[in-house]
Amino acid sequence: MRSAKQRRVDREGWSMVAPTVLVVVVVVVIPVLWNVLIAFQDLGYLEIRETSVFRNLTLDNFREVFGAEGFWRTLLTTVIYSVSATVGSIVLGLVAALALRRTFPGRGVVRAAMLLPYVAPVVAVAFVWQMMLNPQYGIANSLGTRFLGWDAPIDFLGRSPHALITVIAFEIWRYFPFAFMFIVARLQAVPKDIEEAAIVDGATPLQSFRRVLLPQLLSVMGLLAVLRVIMTFNKFDDVYLLTGGAAGTEVAAVRVYDYLTGRFDAGGAAAQSLVLSAVMVGFLFLYMWFLKRQGANQ
Amino acid sequence: MNRLTVETRTLGVLRWVTIAFLLLITVFPFYYMVMLSFVSIEDLQQNPGRLFIPLKDLTVETYRLVLADPEKVEGGQNFTLFLRNSTIVAGVATAITMVVSILGAYAVARLSFRGRREVSLLFLGVYLFPAIVLAIPLVVLFSKIGLAGSLIGLVIVYIVQTVPISIHMLRNYFETIPLSVEDAAEVDGAKRLTTLRKITMPLAMPSIMSTALFVFMIAWNEFLFALLFLAAQPERWTVSLGLSQLANGIEVPKTVLMAGSVILTVPIVVLYAIAERWLTEGLTGGAEKG
Repeated sequence: MRSAKQRRVDREGWSMVAPTVLVVVVVVVIPVLWNVLIAFQDLGYLEIRETSVFRNLTLDNFREVFGAEGFWRTLLTTVIYSVSATVGSIVLGLVAALALRRTFPGRGVVRAAMLLPYVAPVVAVAFVWQMMLNPQYGIANSLGTRFLGWDAPIDFLGRSPHALITVIAFEIWRYFPFAFMFIVARLQAVPKDIEEAAIVDGATPLQSFRRVLLPQLLSVMGLLAVLRVIMTFNKFDDVYLLTGGAAGTEVAAVRVYDYLTGRFDAGGAAAQSLVLSAVMVGFLFLYMWFLKRQGANQ
Repeated sequence: MNRLTVETRTLGVLRWVTIAFLLLITVFPFYYMVMLSFVSIEDLQQNPGRLFIPLKDLTVETYRLVLADPEKVEGGQNFTLFLRNSTIVAGVATAITMVVSILGAYAVARLSFRGRREVSLLFLGVYLFPAIVLAIPLVVLFSKIGLAGSLIGLVIVYIVQTVPISIHMLRNYFETIPLSVEDAAEVDGAKRLTTLRKITMPLAMPSIMSTALFVFMIAWNEFLFALLFLAAQPERWTVSLGLSQLANGIEVPKTVLMAGSVILTVPIVVLYAIAERWLTEGLTGGAEKG
């Protein structure tokens, strides 16, 4: 028997989360389940208005998706893109956090500036990058041809393999502040006395970083890695705005969008997004398992 | 010269090089954006490599054009209307998200009701769920019920996208308020909601404000759903969508669109400057536990 007090707490708690749960179920859970159904239907974008929820179910979408040569290429591009961007942004975030660790006049302003790429509107910064890298009048090519001895302007966003490298660089630039923020927060919690002891024992800065700081930072870096891989794997805005998916930069999310709006194939889009979700769930389970193992080891 | 001195000195120099490099990559693109927004496109094409613009070449014509109503001014880009749309959508979404998530965060932080863990997990799942996967059924659903071309549909999507992160940030903060403060109120027989309104919320006001600013930022910056729902209706474009749609074309001078970028970015940078300290604390709350 639960006590009257517990029953009251249950009632209060549920009445307070009810609006959120309701909205989430209606706008996320039900549509996602429906997405599974759409994946098994032959549904064009234009038939959407007339469609019933249960049309004839078929496996055709999956046959087409896995059969299309572009799908596997896109998957490979997406893996390269998300892993490189994740590793790059965490490494740069760590470097930034360490460089700004000791206080100096104006550190607060520099720290605030670090977060600009992360908070600024993606459409605006993607457009600025396009302008900076423009082959005709962009600053990068102008400086490169004048001072770095480039023979001709480089079309950073229009040619393979530059384009993929450039969108990865953009992603690192945009998300290193996120890693920076978390690593700074974790650094502040590192007990001072271990480090001081290491210095007293004559450890050099690099030694004390490797022996003292890095072990303390590993868990937050693991968390960041999982979060960023999940987010980048399904990223749409950045690549779509920079290249539209051309020149060897077609990532999974852009392909799904093209299926939906370019080919008017909602079924094919849903089938591909289902494959993406499956990959994501796999990552999550891996992460949970990793957490469990860590917990068991401690 | 032993290893210790060498390392200490090298790192001392490297540190400043790194700081300079980081400042360059984070600030320069924004400087470039502002700079190009004050020149004519002809000027840029003649002198592509300039890092400073002489005063005599500066122009505000770009801003006049980008904000002007195309009905009245030749070459106007209607950004005034886009600003209005963005403000309405982001403002309404933020207001509703805050009401819903203050209640939710308080319940998750303070009340050990049955199913609390499952509810928290559900929110985390929504936060991690790819927008592109959600996009397909939502486009289908909203087309069916006639919300696809409306700002209302966009507001609903933004609420769902921001509630989880908002609850996460607020919850971190609510958990730092000592229970004893609220217990004192409970003893007086005050009701839960009254306690929340009169005691917890005033104490948490800074974090509520910074969370609200962050939610506003997400809604203001959002692009994918605006594109899916509103691309066909220029009179309902948000600033983000308007800028991206016009940037793809060739008919609008790029420096005029740079003025558009500045207009899109400035409100966000201002809000961020106001809430910067609270924002980083709210976002990384719980991270220092490792």
